[in-house]
Amino acid sequence: MSAAAETLASNTARRRVKDIVFRSGLLSCVAVGVIALVVLLVYVASKGAPRLNIDLLTRFPSSLPKRAGARSAIWGTVWIVGLTAAMCLPVGVAAAVYLEEFADNRRWWNRLIEVNIQNLAAVPSIVYGILGLGFIVRGPLGLGPTVLAAALTLSLLVLPIVIIASREALRAVPTSFREGALALGATPLQAVRTQVLPAAVPGIATGAILALSRAIGEAAPLLLVGGITFITFTPTGLDSQFTALPIQIFNWISRPQEEFKILAAAAIVVLLVILLLMNSVAIWLRNRFEKRW
Amino acid sequence: MACALLSVFTTLGIVVALLQPTIEFFSSVGVGEFFTGQVWAPLFASAKFGVLPLVTATLVVTGVALAVCVPLGLGAAIYLSEYASRRARRILKPVLEVLAGIPTVVYGFFALTFVTPLLRDIWPFARPPDIFNALSAGLVMGVMILPTMASLAEDAMRAVPDSLRHGALALGSSRLQVSIRVVFPAAVSGIVAACVLAVSRAIGETMVVLIAAGGTPNLTLDPARTMQTMTAFIAAAGFGDQPTGSVGYKTIFAVGATLFVATFAINAISIRLVRRFRQAYE
Repeated sequence: MSAAAETLASNTARRRVKDIVFRSGLLSCVAVGVIALVVLLVYVASKGAPRLNIDLLTRFPSSLPKRAGARSAIWGTVWIVGLTAAMCLPVGVAAAVYLEEFADNRRWWNRLIEVNIQNLAAVPSIVYGILGLGFIVRGPLGLGPTVLAAALTLSLLVLPIVIIASREALRAVPTSFREGALALGATPLQAVRTQVLPAAVPGIATGAILALSRAIGEAAPLLLVGGITFITFTPTGLDSQFTALPIQIFNWISRPQEEFKILAAAAIVVLLVILLLMNSVAIWLRNRFEKRW
Repeated sequence: MACALLSVFTTLGIVVALLQPTIEFFSSVGVGEFFTGQVWAPLFASAKFGVLPLVTATLVVTGVALAVCVPLGLGAAIYLSEYASRRARRILKPVLEVLAGIPTVVYGFFALTFVTPLLRDIWPFARPPDIFNALSAGLVMGVMILPTMASLAEDAMRAVPDSLRHGALALGSSRLQVSIRVVFPAAVSGIVAACVLAVSRAIGETMVVLIAAGGTPNLTLDPARTMQTMTAFIAAAGFGDQPTGSVGYKTIFAVGATLFVATFAINAISIRLVRRFRQAYE
């Protein structure tokens, strides 16, 4: 073998080794994420296992860890998320329809709204909590620390996410749908209502579920809005005081007794199961209705 | 139209809600004292309003989180976009999505009850980390941000047209060279935007630091110590039910305004960068 060919061969070999090293390095980066997820899930489940029973779901909080449960927290979460959905979905979808179908992108105010929504989506959740505290709980609206105030705050928090997801769903509907409807004499509004929106529903629903699962897990804004962790009744109405699963979990974590930590782990399992169910529905929706035009 | 405007009103609402008490706060506490004072004790009888300990704590935690999530996130992104087979992607992407969907309280719990004891067991130096410390909060936060970082950077790299890759491969480059010398530079503005967004998430994250980093303001750069970040202070003070109009109540807004301005500026930079890189190959 000539000298040149030898160098080439050894270069190729060295490159191959480098490539393999690099590749395994990259794979280990992904592995860290996957391993972290597995460790986290196994750890929480095994720690919470002793308290994962029906008492957790049916009992109210108590200062005695043995008798404490998360009933009021679970119902609080159901109320808050239900209300949040009822308020932010119509508004979010309407805003998305406006921005995607009707807004003239050359106007400065429409561009301003767009940039603004992107920016809002990345504002820390605690800042929404401050807004809720200063504007909704006290200040101009003065609702007090109620279920409605919490739901309003969370609605504002997830609104940008709903808008962005709905816009993407609308954008995926081909223009030919709109043109076809318009050619048959439909007004732009009819075209959107009867053709574009129905075609975008699965995408919008997926985005909405993901946005709501964000709302379920949010604790920081609710702390500021005044979630109380020692509530021994389920919410009775919009003006009722509330607690929710994440803040109940936070409260149990911050107690010194080990029993409460176990209780927190058990409540986390409940929270994760709810989230997993919602995510599965979203993924199922996406796979079931995903169409290519 | 009205619905879209609601978003603008939200921003205005945030600004107004923050601004008014903040102004009142600064009229009773000097701006100089706020930004240069080294002791933060707003709720004590002899109150001190130096925000520096909170800012350094935020920086330390953010630094630790970035040290974890930037290299790992980029590695994962390069793997997913350049190396992974279709099947591997189909399995790995949902796993990362689940990781991104876990509530932050859960990560806080994990940091406090799992990572901190582990750190204290394996700590090689003389003085073990405090029960509440910035290190474990930062590490866990890094893992928490990793999926966001990875998926944004991956999007940026997948937006690089295949013709660039094919050209480089045809000239005899290895995949390693294609990834590092061709795809990475072409996607760099998107990658930077992903990093910037990771910074703003780390700065704004509340529950992990509130649970795992502790509630004592502490002017130190040692991540193994207890410290209170800006977000943790806001949450702790807001939870403590300050009477409306008191100085303690107004500090929430002053710290919140500092935080909001910082993250809003960072996000604006990131959105700008994303825009620029989007135009590159259309």
